[in-house]
Amino acid sequence: MKADKVLDAKGLACPMPIVKTKKAMDGLESGQVLEIHATDKGAKNDLAAWAKSGGHELLKHEEEHEVLKFWIKKG
Amino acid sequence: MTEKKTTNIILFSGDYDKAMAAYIIANGAAAYDHEVTIFHTFWGLNALRKDEPLALKKGFLEKMFAKMMPRGADKMGLSNMNFSGMGPKMIKHVIKKHNAMTLPQLIEMAQEQDIKLVACTMTMDLLGLQQEELLENVEYAGVAAYLADAENGNVNLFI
Repeated sequence: MKADKVLDAKGLACPMPIVKTKKAMDGLESGQVLEIHATDKGAKNDLAAWAKSGGHELLKHEEEHEVLKFWIKKG
Repeated sequence: MTEKKTTNIILFSGDYDKAMAAYIIANGAAAYDHEVTIFHTFWGLNALRKDEPLALKKGFLEKMFAKMMPRGADKMGLSNMNFSGMGPKMIKHVIKKHNAMTLPQLIEMAQEQDIKLVACTMTMDLLGLQQEELLENVEYAGVAAYLADAENGNVNLFI
């Protein structure tokens, strides 16, 4: 999936993935897609909830060699 | 856009672990685009203390308090398994190992995210703490200011 920006949040623990995601998202325009890589096991629920609350869309997520990848479209 | 949601946390505890929880929630809430306030009262005020000793005019009791209370976030003890100071050392070790953030880092991050850090002036008087002893960019207020923030708040916590 194509992304406008990729955020590497691997190795970071709560609350950093969400703090970094917000910062990265602030730099994008509505409709653009942010790709996030994280290793924090809570990231899946955290990012899904965060995207929903902020009016963004979690397009897709997958797991690859213990790295969780997310694609969020800015609302 | 609707009006911003707010998160209001009262940090009463002077324990390292409880303060960590408060600051993690606060930083998370800021990432949720909430307006976040941490209202520090009683032992929670110690999280805002500078770590260097300052020569200030104080009475005997105030000097005793100043000596006995932790000077700054890094010196705070744990609510559980403190083991006379060994506990915090162990916790800081595992924090590093798991790439989590220490309490001083969380406080710095909170300031970067424009979280409002408030010190309760009444309890500052009780504990003999003066503004010079606390971090820069801290606001000073009392119960009414807290209530004004909290009455329409979406998340209200007492830690």
